[in-house]
Amino acid sequence: MNSSLMQSVVDYIQSYLSSNQTPGVAGNWFWATVYVLLVFAGVSVGVICMNWLERKILAHMQVRLGPMRVGPHGLLQPIADALKLLLKEDIIPAEADALVFWIAPFIVDLAAFTVFIVVPFGPAHAVTDMNIGILFMLGVSSLSVLGIVTAGWASNSHYPLIGALRSSAQMVSYEVAMGLAVVSAIMMTSLSAEGGTLSMIGIVQRQQEQQVWFVFKFFPLGLVAFAIFAIAMIAETNRAPFDLPEAESELTAGFHTEYSGFRWSLFFLAEYAAMMAVSSIAVTLWLGGWLRPFPSALHGAIWDQIFSLFPGLTFLFLGGLCFFNAARMPKHPFFKIQTMGLAGFGAALGLIGLVLFVSGVRERVQDIFWFSAKVAAFMYLYIWYRGTFPRYRFDQLMKVGWKVLLPTGLALLILTAVVAMRTELWAQLEGAWRP
Amino acid sequence: MAAMNPLVANPPVATPFFFYLLAGIMVVGGILVITRKNAVHSAIALITALLAQAGLYLMLYAPFVAGVQIILYAGGIMVLFLFVIMLISIERTIKERQFNKQWLVGIVAAAALGGLFISVYTKGKSLFPEGHALYPEAQNTQAIGALLFDSRTGTYMFAFEIASLLLLVAIIGAVVMAKKRI
Amino acid sequence: MDAMLHISTLHYLVLGAALFLLGVIGVLTRRNVVIVLMSIELILNAVNLNLVALSRYWQGMPARLGGGPQALHGQVFAIFVITDAAAEAAVGLGILIAFFRNKETVNVDEVNLLKW
Repeated sequence: MNSSLMQSVVDYIQSYLSSNQTPGVAGNWFWATVYVLLVFAGVSVGVICMNWLERKILAHMQVRLGPMRVGPHGLLQPIADALKLLLKEDIIPAEADALVFWIAPFIVDLAAFTVFIVVPFGPAHAVTDMNIGILFMLGVSSLSVLGIVTAGWASNSHYPLIGALRSSAQMVSYEVAMGLAVVSAIMMTSLSAEGGTLSMIGIVQRQQEQQVWFVFKFFPLGLVAFAIFAIAMIAETNRAPFDLPEAESELTAGFHTEYSGFRWSLFFLAEYAAMMAVSSIAVTLWLGGWLRPFPSALHGAIWDQIFSLFPGLTFLFLGGLCFFNAARMPKHPFFKIQTMGLAGFGAALGLIGLVLFVSGVRERVQDIFWFSAKVAAFMYLYIWYRGTFPRYRFDQLMKVGWKVLLPTGLALLILTAVVAMRTELWAQLEGAWRP
Repeated sequence: MAAMNPLVANPPVATPFFFYLLAGIMVVGGILVITRKNAVHSAIALITALLAQAGLYLMLYAPFVAGVQIILYAGGIMVLFLFVIMLISIERTIKERQFNKQWLVGIVAAAALGGLFISVYTKGKSLFPEGHALYPEAQNTQAIGALLFDSRTGTYMFAFEIASLLLLVAIIGAVVMAKKRI
Repeated sequence: MDAMLHISTLHYLVLGAALFLLGVIGVLTRRNVVIVLMSIELILNAVNLNLVALSRYWQGMPARLGGGPQALHGQVFAIFVITDAAAEAAVGLGILIAFFRNKETVNVDEVNLLKW
């Protein structure tokens, strides 16, 4: 009785693992819920890692060490930050509209997390595959503007209001440029045999079929579209160098000045989740989503095998880094626990790396690994820009958005359309020329 | 054909629950819009109602219209409303009288209209026979694009161009209206 | 009870009618111009809901009567209505700002400069 129940459970899980559809398309609400929880947990873990990574990488770029005390090399710093934020006193300014003040962080979080429904980690590894995937992502991420505006207004104070209006004006302006870049990428999908599509999984499948990442298609048109989107997405998420509305030296933290403790951590969570969401859009549309690098130049079974070793090698490398730093720790009894903790962390990472070499796991994890690696590269670029570029003044920011990116996007759209249809256009011109 | 129909293989789940939930959110949002003193509260209630309407469009297998609703209505028009509400100081308006002098006549007129609706829908109930389990086209966006743009089946190309002209006129009109000196 | 559980086109039309009524009450009874404009948006949304629901109904009609799975005229109409609502909201709010600059009020019944 018990073994047949276990057998049926194992069969159910295996029947799902061999499916080639996302659970939303297949109508499987149980697995859809599991995927939603997995994505939510993954994004939260990603935000925690980004917190530590940002402080460490910025510190190393500025030739200092960053957090080193809380846990070995500051690895437990995010946990300490989270505890502090949860235990802080909850202050609501007097005469602030309590209901709207309370709702605003939730609107921003809702917008930031709902987009992950359609983010494709693999051909069947998304929560669902909507027909309007990219439209849904752009639309729901534009709902965060509402949360920011209500947050600034509900604080009943000057700096948050100005910061909120500036921030929302900036986000709305750069959404236009983002939309134009996205449209030119969607036009490239229409050159496939199945026709154009807006679905995220469909876009990556078109790139696989055309054997080229869209960033390299119609060189340099794909590259310029990618560049426009890469610049606009940084302004969209209010990050450096476009972070005037929330910079401490300018507006005392802008629209989230009056938010403290847990409410501020909700804004922080939403900002990093939005960064990951727009990076996912960029990766899906231009960088080939879950496809491994060089699908056409280095094709064949041997190269597939070589590239399939990368996930395991990455985790082994990280584990090796931990062991190396554990060996370099000072040999003082104060540091014994930290050294053991770091060595244990390194052992855990190495173990995960070894598990990823097992042949069954290796094939399944490929898509998710390459997608996550590309998004992680974008996260590193975000931190790099913060450590490198000076801040734009607000009028310069708006000038770049409307006078530089928008005309470039429009010209790019027209050029992409002309180049994509050049064979049809040429045939029509020839037909019209013949008397 | 029925075997290929995904609606038969995977029937939609809990349709009455979602319909009544979204309809309830819309009606409650609508009531809050017309009864709140604070215009920002009304705007937030309207945003909720618009998002629930997008959900209803998804239930009607119209994903493109749902996407357009979220982007344009909830993400564009309501941001415009919120900006204007914040530009106009409203602390005074919260203390003023909210309903105008003809509210009773207005409600009587609306009740008459409601009676008209009820009589139309009860008498005409049989005009909408159900029973067709329709194949929801997986290419909703492509079909709308064909109606709008295709050279053979596109019947709305002219309306599309006129709509773009209308938007241009609206942009210029709004800028001229809101500027201090032309 | 069974008729209430099986969601048909009539359900969507009744919901559209209810929202239309709420919008009409808002337009006729409120003094604040912004709320009147928001009630107009409610009315437009009710109309859109009717259009999209009937477009789905039309898809079940036979093709010789103009139906079929490609007959998405209601949805295209709804997209145009949303576009027009955006234009109208922009111009309406522009007028509101211009009037507010003159008279410092946002109440509809104080727009009475042309009254005899």
